[in-house]
Amino acid sequence: MMAAFILAFSLLTLLMFFVSYCRSLTASSLHSSLTEEVLDVTGIKAKASGSDYARITQLLQLCPDRPRDRSSLHIVGAYYSFLNMLDQSMSKLSPAVHSWAEEERAGCAHFAAVALGRRIALNREMLAQQSEL
Amino acid sequence: MPDGIALAIWILGLVGGVCFVTASLIRGSFLRYFFLNLYVLLTMSADLCRQYILRSFGINSPEYYYLYYYTDCLLVIALFIAVISLASKVFVELQIAKFVRILAALLLVGTAGFSYAVVAQSTERLSTVFAYELSQNLYFVGLVLTYLLWGAVLKLQETRTRLVQMVLSLGLYFSAYAASYALFNVASKYQVVQYLGPLLGCFLPISWSLTMMRHSEESRLTPARLVAVPR
Repeated sequence: MMAAFILAFSLLTLLMFFVSYCRSLTASSLHSSLTEEVLDVTGIKAKASGSDYARITQLLQLCPDRPRDRSSLHIVGAYYSFLNMLDQSMSKLSPAVHSWAEEERAGCAHFAAVALGRRIALNREMLAQQSEL
Repeated sequence: MPDGIALAIWILGLVGGVCFVTASLIRGSFLRYFFLNLYVLLTMSADLCRQYILRSFGINSPEYYYLYYYTDCLLVIALFIAVISLASKVFVELQIAKFVRILAALLLVGTAGFSYAVVAQSTERLSTVFAYELSQNLYFVGLVLTYLLWGAVLKLQETRTRLVQMVLSLGLYFSAYAASYALFNVASKYQVVQYLGPLLGCFLPISWSLTMMRHSEESRLTPARLVAVPR
């Protein structure tokens, strides 16, 4: 009984820390605005929305990998899946969950779009280096 | 636990530790996060010693038994000091960092005294029992301190990305460890549960090294974004 209580409590705190950790990752990209190139390629009008995330990750796979972004993109990807799951299971019970999850997914999409911008810039640098050779 | 999987987890932990210390050195933050580095270095040394004794004397030997509990106690004390060093950084602007350190020292002595009092009442007055008791109690105190520290980070609107992510990693580690410990008591028959503890041990150095590599000391974030559910 005690072990079950500790398990439930620690899972709740684990969830709280996981959400905060992911928010701290996405928050680090909030100061970066999306470049014209990224807006053109992804079709984002002005601000990324949650539904853009899948398209952005597909585009990310087409660009050369940047090892520094890899782990955080995986974590944010896991967070995005968690938000989808939460939205599907809880939005009928509480509409506030739906709007919160949508806002968070938009944050994930913005984070991925900023990473895409960095990969495009890296791609351009590589092309420039190759043409110099 | 099958030897291959245990060895893979052990190597993963070592690689994570090496990555963190190397990243700290390269980024010039080794001394700034000295106690975190010290904890990771001690973890790696303890892992190497345990592996050596395990191979030489076997898992059921008294040598392994003593080494395991004494190093465990030492590691929990090092982790406790690492938590306090992060707390001092959070409270430095309020100029109560010294007070926090004194309080932490008193807490450490108090926990050791309490552990001794518990052990002194038992018939077996063994030093290993004291080491075990002290690790358990300090672990619990460290867990509570981490939650309090996270509360302080939110209240004081801490903006330093590195510091925030290191505290969050500690929170994730402690919560996941407590959950795995409880899960082990609830469902110990499932073999997968046995891997959770050692795997979680790898999480902390890996997560700290990612923070160290991704963010500079000058990186800042918006504090309002940290609360799980914005008010």
